Amino acid sequence: MNKQSNSELFTLTYGALVTQLCKDYENDEEVNKQLDKMGYNIGVRLIEDFLARSSIGRCQDFRETADVIAKVAFKMYLGITPSVTNWSPAGDEFSLILESNPLVDFVELPDNHSTLIYSNLLCGVLRGALEMVQMAVDVKFVQDTLRGDNVTEIRMKFIKRIEENVPAGDE
Amino acid sequence: MTRRSTPSSEMVANRTTPPLEPSLSIARERAGTGETQMTVHNLYIFDRNGNCLYYNEWNRKKQAGISKDEEYKLMYGMLFSIRSFVSKMSPLDMKEGFLSFQTSRYRLHYYETPSGLKFVMNTDLSVSNARETLQHIYSNLYVELIVKNPVCSSAPSLDSEVFSSRLDAFIRALPYYSPRAA
Repeated sequence: MNKQSNSELFTLTYGALVTQLCKDYENDEEVNKQLDKMGYNIGVRLIEDFLARSSIGRCQDFRETADVIAKVAFKMYLGITPSVTNWSPAGDEFSLILESNPLVDFVELPDNHSTLIYSNLLCGVLRGALEMVQMAVDVKFVQDTLRGDNVTEIRMKFIKRIEENVPAGDE
Repeated sequence: MTRRSTPSSEMVANRTTPPLEPSLSIARERAGTGETQMTVHNLYIFDRNGNCLYYNEWNRKKQAGISKDEEYKLMYGMLFSIRSFVSKMSPLDMKEGFLSFQTSRYRLHYYETPSGLKFVMNTDLSVSNARETLQHIYSNLYVELIVKNPVCSSAPSLDSEVFSSRLDAFIRALPYYSPRAA
């Protein structure tokens, strides 16, 4: 019972957040950007909680990363397990297919917000979290049930490995 | 605890995973004979950019003779070099990488998270493996009190009284901690 009421409060809180952003910015593109930015700030901290609780070490490659994101991270934080599909031949891009999305329970997008990416916070979270483990990625929604698609699909692309900062030498 | 004969160098790098932390009975025995008392000397926490977020000492008899900033830089620089060295010169596929080194007086323990946070703790020689301790500090203190506190930023250094006091209490409560080292 408790988990359900938590999840409803979460969905309603997120909805209130997006609604307020829409009022403040009056422009879908700008709201999308703000959601991404907020997500990023959440992601850079969330990764530490994830590492602490899951005790998962460094992933060996992007495929392992994809599995950990779908099977451990999404499960831990949203209670869902998206499937990992549509790998690019180079192995640097994949899709996460979400059958359900707790952020959008009860939500319908009004017609005047057709370009709003309602769950864009998730893209920022993933981007911020991965950056903290040395991966620069590009994350975006390519299908969204809120916009009439059958499923919700997030596309993740590996851009590059972020090298560790070499400490400055004095000599 | 293994003994290696290292006539020339004082430093022995321990790469493989050593056994668990010593039991309380060994601690009492050691304390009784007046040998090196078990203790924690000091602790450093560095972020992924090399900034020292936190430092505290409990039992340090000798200072480095340089400013604190220089000391942090020296420590971080050394860790960076040794990790790179260990990885390059490893005769086998790397697993955890650098874990600790020991001298005839103390042991330095190292733990790094995948997010680049680095924990460094100096203890006496009876503590063979402090990895779990450092992991606890990360998961239960750093993540809970710093990361999850939106007001708390970690740059330029941790500014959290509750973190300092909880960490201090935790260190003092460790089975291998005693306030006075021989």
